[in-house]
Amino acid sequence: MKRMVGTVRTLAAVAGLVLAGPVLAAGEPPHIEKQQWSFSGPFGTYDPAQLQRGFKIYREVCSGCHSMRFVAFRNLAQPGGPGFSEEEAKAIAAEYTVEDGPNDDGDMYERPGILADHFPSPFPNEQAARAANGGAYPPDFSLLAKARAAHRGFPNFVFDAFTQYQEQGPDYIYALLTGYEEEAPEGVEVPVGQYYNHSFLAANTLAMAPPLSEELVEYTDGTPMTVDQYARDVAAFMMWAAEPHLEDRKKIGFRVMAFLIIFGSLLYFTKQKIWRNVDH
Amino acid sequence: MAGHSNYVPQSAAAKWLESRLPVISLIRGSFVDFPTPKNLNYWWTFGGILFFVLVAQLLTGIVLAMHYTASTAAGFDSVEHIMRNVNFGWMLRYLHSNGASMFFIAVYIHMFRGMYYGSYKAPREISWILGVIIFLIMMATAFMGYVLPWGQMSFWGATVITNLFSAIPLVGEEIRTFLWGGFSVDNPTLKRFFSLHYLLPFMIFGVALLHVWAFHTSGNNNPTGVEPKSKQDTVPFHPYYTMKDLFAVIVFMILFAWFAFYVPNYMGHPDNYIEANPLVTPAHIVPEWYFLPFYAILRAIPDKLGGVVAMFGSIAVLFVLPWLDTSKVRSGTFRPLFKQFFWIFGAVCVGLGYLGAQPAEGIYVIMARILTAYYFAHFLIILPLLGFLEKPKPLPASISEAVLAKSGGGQPAGAVAAPDTK
Repeated sequence: MKRMVGTVRTLAAVAGLVLAGPVLAAGEPPHIEKQQWSFSGPFGTYDPAQLQRGFKIYREVCSGCHSMRFVAFRNLAQPGGPGFSEEEAKAIAAEYTVEDGPNDDGDMYERPGILADHFPSPFPNEQAARAANGGAYPPDFSLLAKARAAHRGFPNFVFDAFTQYQEQGPDYIYALLTGYEEEAPEGVEVPVGQYYNHSFLAANTLAMAPPLSEELVEYTDGTPMTVDQYARDVAAFMMWAAEPHLEDRKKIGFRVMAFLIIFGSLLYFTKQKIWRNVDH
Repeated sequence: MAGHSNYVPQSAAAKWLESRLPVISLIRGSFVDFPTPKNLNYWWTFGGILFFVLVAQLLTGIVLAMHYTASTAAGFDSVEHIMRNVNFGWMLRYLHSNGASMFFIAVYIHMFRGMYYGSYKAPREISWILGVIIFLIMMATAFMGYVLPWGQMSFWGATVITNLFSAIPLVGEEIRTFLWGGFSVDNPTLKRFFSLHYLLPFMIFGVALLHVWAFHTSGNNNPTGVEPKSKQDTVPFHPYYTMKDLFAVIVFMILFAWFAFYVPNYMGHPDNYIEANPLVTPAHIVPEWYFLPFYAILRAIPDKLGGVVAMFGSIAVLFVLPWLDTSKVRSGTFRPLFKQFFWIFGAVCVGLGYLGAQPAEGIYVIMARILTAYYFAHFLIILPLLGFLEKPKPLPASISEAVLAKSGGGQPAGAVAAPDTK
């Protein structure tokens, strides 16, 4: 029987080795670097100044093509967000024109935006968006930071659960916005109306022209006006747009953890006391 | 159950109730005075943990259903409405979506515990079979719940799984159309999935009560697999196991809260934050992690019907497990050879889970076939043979003797292989 046990063990070890093999054989997806974010980790919070800068980029650059339909103007003044005052948010809303109606005559009409309005979309429908963008559909911004992620693979995905890595989205957005190259490497064909980007997950090229360039958006707080900084700021803003209650979630999570650990410890001693006279 | 209580009603009200409906003595007999083996380790707390997770899922789900809209036009938006506008809606939804994963973590541990300690063997076969039924309903419930947010993975997962039924000969196509309520996964599909997703958890609750009734009739198994012989071998359920289970539930809640509050999207797929689009197929359609081993088995068989049969067979085989295991000894603790195969089987299941997440090509398919073959061989060849080939270690005369041997030391080594924190 000893021998049988030994054989079984050897077989298990061999199976383990064979299983580990295919990991190396998989294809090479683009490598997405991890970035530093103020909102990562158990105590992470958004940096309101960064979100305001990111919002400025969205408004002046991205919103020409990208909608953000789940975000309302009132969200701009919500705690745990870009930190605009209610008056500032109202003023921002009023700068937008929103279609409303029908009125009592049955006509649609246009009026300035109010806090309850959502961000208006740049195109009336997907077809119009595609027609204006060479056939490509600029995705909605509201959830992009949670809807895109590079494949982490084994064993990274195991560590991610412990390190609380949930910033794949902003990391990818930053990598994409800074991943354009004028010259595609040899062997990569760049069709007309497409641009080479070494970080794009779905293919080598994409239809979005490099949207950012140095000093494109004016920062008034002395933050460097570089593509790198713009990419960081807009990625942070998009994370907030996708997860507006992140700060609340982490704050409540800490209280929940503290309560559970204290209550659990007390329960443990209670249980020990109850069981002290029973051999088990 | 009620028979385990020597409760005598004292107050007039209690006497009045007890003589009409003996519910007090039923509850006392089942969850207060119920004699429980005193040597249960922490692996036995997962029953209580599962009860907690089921109730948590019901409560969060009922409130979520107040805000959710089951329609292809508004489903995705209503989930975002919950996440953004409903007070603490994000918390309810993250607790509910991660709760499903917690449910499966707990149920898999619970099932492997039952397999290791032979809890499925006579006289507990019915309890085991009811457990497998609960597992099946759980899988259906979780699958339909994943469809409700109406993201890309919701839609394409639903499409892949419902298409499996078309592999049934002769009537497959009709069954699929019946499930869909039309000719593709669409609004009628989503609405019936929502209705059933609300219904099935209550069925789980009902079957879970039968599951408990069954093993309360036979008494709990325990790590030695030796039935309690005297009063010395058992303790009343309360306060001993109420407190131990409650402590385990709190520890489990820490794990739960870790995921729900700090990495809420870890177990999800990013594509499910993209609204369902029947015209765009995702690059890789993968089910939730808890279905991956079964998904690997499905894809391992080169024939569609064969794959479906193998996948359902991998669960069906659990129903007859009590009769496939020929060993007279219940607990794996006293079965040196079985113990080895048990851990290999566990590793094979994890391996199948890994392969289920990989693309179905090349070496992955070959590995999936080998592991699928092993999965079935474990139940159909290894377990039946082991009962004849293996020479089990001597069993303790009673639970108390095993406990004394353990605390005394120097007694049969390996008699308590299972982790036990006293």
